[in-house]
Amino acid sequence: MPLYLALLCVGALIGVGVASIRYKDRADVTRLVYGLTGGLCAAIFLAVIVPRGAHVLQTTLPLGLPWIGMRFRIDALSAFFLAVVNLGGAAASVYAIGYGAHEKSPMRVLPFFPAFIAGMNGVVMADDAFTFLVAWEFMSLSSWALVISHHDHAENRAAAYIYLLMASFGTFCLLMAFGVLGGATGAHDFDTIRAIPKDAWKSGLVLALVILGAGSKAGLVPLHIWLPLAHPAAPSHVSALMSGVMTKVAIYGFIRMAFDLLGPPAFWWSIHPLAFGAASALIGVLFATVQSDLKKLLAYSTIENVGIIFVALGLALAFKANGQALPAALAFTAALFHVFNHALFKSTLFFGAGAVLGATGEKNIEKLGGLIRSMPKTAFVFLGGCMAIAALPPLNGFVSEWLVFQAILLSPSLPQWILKLLTPAVGVTLALSAALGAGAYVRAFGVVFLGRPRSDAAEQAQETDQWSLRAMFALIALCLLAGITPSFMIDTISPAAAEYVGGRMPAQSQIGWFTIAPIAESRSSYNGLLVFAFIGLSAFAMAQTIKKFFPRPLRRAPPWDCGYVDPTPASQYTASSFAQPVRRALGAVAFSAREKLDMPLPGETRAAHFSVEIGDRFIDYIYAPLTKAVLFCAGRLNVVNFLSIQEYIALVFAALVFLLILVAL
Amino acid sequence: MTFLFDLFAQAAQMALVLALAPVLIGFTRKVKARLLRRRGPPLLQPWYDLIRLLRKDVVLAHDASWLYRAAPYLIFSTTWVAASLVPTFATGLMFGWIADLIALTALLGAARFFLALAGMDVGTSFGGIGSSRETMFGSLAEPATIMIAFIVSLIAGSTQLSEVAAYMASDFALRVSVLFALIGLIIVAIAENGRIPVDNPATHLELTMVHEAMILEYSGRHLAIIEMASALKLLLYVSLIGCIFFPFGIAPPDGSLADMGYGVAFYVVKIFVAGFLLALFEVSTAKMRIFRVSDFLGAALMLGLLGTLLVFVTRSL
Repeated sequence: MPLYLALLCVGALIGVGVASIRYKDRADVTRLVYGLTGGLCAAIFLAVIVPRGAHVLQTTLPLGLPWIGMRFRIDALSAFFLAVVNLGGAAASVYAIGYGAHEKSPMRVLPFFPAFIAGMNGVVMADDAFTFLVAWEFMSLSSWALVISHHDHAENRAAAYIYLLMASFGTFCLLMAFGVLGGATGAHDFDTIRAIPKDAWKSGLVLALVILGAGSKAGLVPLHIWLPLAHPAAPSHVSALMSGVMTKVAIYGFIRMAFDLLGPPAFWWSIHPLAFGAASALIGVLFATVQSDLKKLLAYSTIENVGIIFVALGLALAFKANGQALPAALAFTAALFHVFNHALFKSTLFFGAGAVLGATGEKNIEKLGGLIRSMPKTAFVFLGGCMAIAALPPLNGFVSEWLVFQAILLSPSLPQWILKLLTPAVGVTLALSAALGAGAYVRAFGVVFLGRPRSDAAEQAQETDQWSLRAMFALIALCLLAGITPSFMIDTISPAAAEYVGGRMPAQSQIGWFTIAPIAESRSSYNGLLVFAFIGLSAFAMAQTIKKFFPRPLRRAPPWDCGYVDPTPASQYTASSFAQPVRRALGAVAFSAREKLDMPLPGETRAAHFSVEIGDRFIDYIYAPLTKAVLFCAGRLNVVNFLSIQEYIALVFAALVFLLILVAL
Repeated sequence: MTFLFDLFAQAAQMALVLALAPVLIGFTRKVKARLLRRRGPPLLQPWYDLIRLLRKDVVLAHDASWLYRAAPYLIFSTTWVAASLVPTFATGLMFGWIADLIALTALLGAARFFLALAGMDVGTSFGGIGSSRETMFGSLAEPATIMIAFIVSLIAGSTQLSEVAAYMASDFALRVSVLFALIGLIIVAIAENGRIPVDNPATHLELTMVHEAMILEYSGRHLAIIEMASALKLLLYVSLIGCIFFPFGIAPPDGSLADMGYGVAFYVVKIFVAGFLLALFEVSTAKMRIFRVSDFLGAALMLGLLGTLLVFVTRSL
């Protein structure tokens, strides 16, 4: 029943998209589309969170290719991801009821927004390769249309172009992966694929293709280059969906292939997710530390979080391959918990960035500042989002990172030497990226919301609308709730873990007081609720004590600033000056950061000028040579453009003969 | 009855760290002065200073937001909660299990998060300098702490500080990785508390300061709370080093009142020894350039990584 309801809602989502074109002249079309989309997402969310026991729901619809149909299925994993997708979708819709009113050309967004959500739902419910790929492509293309919705900026067109290239490349890799999986049997439904025995080279090939395919959609380094371009280009509620939810659908794709369709894992499967995940975590956060475009900063931090999730999945694969069910369940739970958390706080942060953009028209954080006074509610929510993503207790981001660390602490029991050497390195990378991430968000919040306004736009900002605030407050409340009662989340994930890694963590909600103890209480335990209560109580006690015994008045004065009178907000620390120590310490290695200082000679009266250029080495060393090679080959093959008709026919014939020989072999 | 006793022990622990933290600062200052042939302020001078600050009005910059006023309380309470989770005179205290070593690091990270934000709130350049530098130090010191936490928890088989202390007390063997962890933690403690050679808590020389730059605009009770929090943080690190590496005399989980009395005596001796060593170290070294601090903390991070690798590798042999 939930499956049919979900499918019906997905159909309705596409219907809403189509209908929006029909009713585009209605004044309230924006509200209507987002309202309906939000309602449908909420319906799917409610349908899948109903406990189903161990039931797997399956159906075949007579759609798509003749005699094949489309198969759909919901198991514990799909249900979890459906919940994440639709929670994010519902929040983005509620937010967009307010935010979408700013849209200059709404028809470039409205038809594609519900279609995008429908595509993501389709991927998660698909039960055969055909349906999976169709839904995947549906998701990619509708999000591409959303990325290019503000097509009057040249950079957005460039972003959409690169996004389309990378998305096509990803789908192509997944297509090949399914081709190899099905092999000569041509099997395309997941049940048959599961049953086919795979040899080592075949699973290795599929795994590589999946990492390329799903990894490019998730933003795994070095396939991440589209992400910091596309996320800022899209409208903010779409950025939130792409960053908070679509990358999660890509992770679902990876889990579906690596943990399910490929059968029992070998230990070396874990090496790639571990290594690429750790690299993504560190590189993503380093770039987030130096960005001055707020949405770009958030996009790079998504790369970091995707990296953390892949590390946890890699650990889960390693433990599963070695038959260690309990640690595997712990790592798998950590990954899914982080998926959920990231969807919550990254959506919140993108919503906040959208509110700031709407209020000031400014994405460049160097021109913002002081917004905590003009937009106090947005500032409050954004601060919460920053704390959550910076993994500060008692919010939810900390719990999932803590679980990942606990999983790493169990990895000395892995017998393979390569993993023994790799996991401590991965551990230090994660610790480093967590700390750098906290710094990046101190910078983001501090420069945007604190201090004095650096431009007129920032000075005259107004608080954002009620609908946007509702969506943000709802998500941040969930962040706190998931942080102080993590045992519920862990128990919710445990059926999926049982299904995919064959192990369960001890039931956490039975420990009491919302404590979590992943292995045993003597080993490690954490209680978010009590930490929260203690922090609150001690702050309150301190405040009350002072109020009672030392009631001193408070007066306002100009800042002291060591006696230095500075009338201009330009003397404040900016985002780039804040990042300078990290840029200096790591800039030469991590990113090709170049500081240019144009200092006038003594006596000259022109202004000095300072600028920083940040380059991406992956573009310099991978993509630039690749583009060059493609252009070179294209130039060489250009001759083929100018052949006579006989030569064309000969060419086609030769190709046919070649292919026949290939098949005959 | 046991419940009440446990509650009493926990409350005593929280009160003890609060009372002793400024004393440790005072003792360190006193020893430093004596080593420099000065007389030095009285032992309780930090307490007098705190009370003096509490009796003053708060002068707040025009641009200060609510975050600026809330930050001291948040910094103080996260630090205090973290400090009361570290076993000082007894292990297995009532609320010791609510957070482990990794959570403790994150709690200190939360305190730093708010401190750095407070530094940026008024919108002066000095506050920004402090926050920016503190953030850089933190982004190296925090992973180093986590790696050290990895080492000790892999050896002790638990990230719970009580369990770690109990294990170290029962099975004290000299290991290379433990030594690495000790050196690393000392480096982190020096950097995190803004001591010489990383930062100078007594300076008001604008371009060299970190911690002081962030709290430059604070006054009255706000400043008092922040000073209290930073004293607590120093005490926390000293207790942490004490309970992990020198867990002598700590009362067992079901210890009697006498055990706890011994525990307190041992603890006080430990922190005075630590204060003396810290003062000795500080008078014999000079402050380093800001960009050398990343090398100094990088050493701690490398020691942590090496130690963790050693534990990983030797586990299987």
